[in-house]
Amino acid sequence: MNEIRLIEVKQDIHADNEALANELRQRLRKEQTFLLNLMSSPGAGKTTTILSTISALGDDLRVGVIEADIDSMVDAEKVAAQGISTIQLRTGGFCHLDASMVKRGLEGLDLDNLDAVIIENVGNLVCPAEFDTGAIKNAMILSVPEGDDKPLKYPLMFSVCDVLLVNKIDYLEFADFDLAALRQRALRLNPTLQIFEISAKTGAGIEAWADWFRREAGAFLSS
Amino acid sequence: MHELQVTEQILEIALKHVEGQDVSRIVNIHLRIGDLTDLEGEWIQHYFDYLSKGTLAENAKLEIEQVPIVLACEDCGAHFKVTKHELGEAKCPECQDDEPNFRMISGREYTVMNLEVV
Ligand SMILES: Nc1nc2c(ncn2[C@@H]2O[C@H](COP(=O)(O)OP(=O)(O)OP(=O)(O)O)[C@@H](O)[C@H]2O)c(=O)[nH]1
Ligand SMILES: [Mg+2]
Ligand SMILES: [Zn+2]
Repeated sequence: MNEIRLIEVKQDIHADNEALANELRQRLRKEQTFLLNLMSSPGAGKTTTILSTISALGDDLRVGVIEADIDSMVDAEKVAAQGISTIQLRTGGFCHLDASMVKRGLEGLDLDNLDAVIIENVGNLVCPAEFDTGAIKNAMILSVPEGDDKPLKYPLMFSVCDVLLVNKIDYLEFADFDLAALRQRALRLNPTLQIFEISAKTGAGIEAWADWFRREAGAFLSS
Repeated sequence: MHELQVTEQILEIALKHVEGQDVSRIVNIHLRIGDLTDLEGEWIQHYFDYLSKGTLAENAKLEIEQVPIVLACEDCGAHFKVTKHELGEAKCPECQDDEPNFRMISGREYTVMNLEVV
């Protein structure tokens, strides 16, 4: 009978993805392209928010979009119909994007003619939080109909994001949604989280959020 | 939900570490997984049994050590454990500060620690 031996490993399961994500960030710096990763549950308003953000940015920044969709082209077609350069990644059954998928997406866009790219990640508050996409900044949307208790259920997502967009505030009057409680819970998980209240539909609050985007992209592009 | 992809990584890391060594099979794989992650240990073992067929890791047992979420209070320096769902309403047991500032000490681990081989 052979004796059991121990082999030390101590390797992070996400190490390969993180290394690739860091490589992507270096490349984005060289290419002078700001990359924002946008995450949320299905239907919280990612596509609508992307469209209203790009329209609010106007001629200040040339923005492209990477669309992740489990198995359809619906969102990519909607975005492309607005004349925005868009690439569709088919994620098959995947529940999130990782750095290698985003790398393929970036390769499909004409980065020479873009100042920024927004990733619409797969609709899901769990898995995308665990995979670094190589983005410069991470943002999430929580929409009012989903409820103010989501930081308690999905703490990791709230802790990895730089920005929280509280969308569909036009629903506030119909919902028992406690904005102050949401803020407190989210900031407890992530004290530096920037919170914007928006309605992608009516356009309320979009200017302030677009200002943040302009400022962060500008800081990145001039650094 | 992405147990399959994580399992592929575990298998790849394990096989890489026995490559070129005098190993006839991997018996145990010891993992440390933080409580903040949403992995289901049972699914990982199922997927692993499937993916590892025909490799040196076939029939290996995954031993998962859950690592608790530990926060450090930036105001008073206290360290304390919380569950995942307490995080958004956590209070420092020492100073009870109303606007606490926490740093996470552990809870996000995703590590292959070691292999037992014969
Ligand atoms: N009332 C209201 N409806 C909104 C708002 N933003 C988005 N919607 C609606 O919510 C629905 C879903 O919006 P999408 O932008 O498709 O959401 P999504 O997150 O991209 O959805 P998936 O890609 O399917 O995950 C659409 O019917 C939108 O018109 C808002 O601020 N207010
Ligand atoms: Mg969409
Ligand atoms: Zn304290």
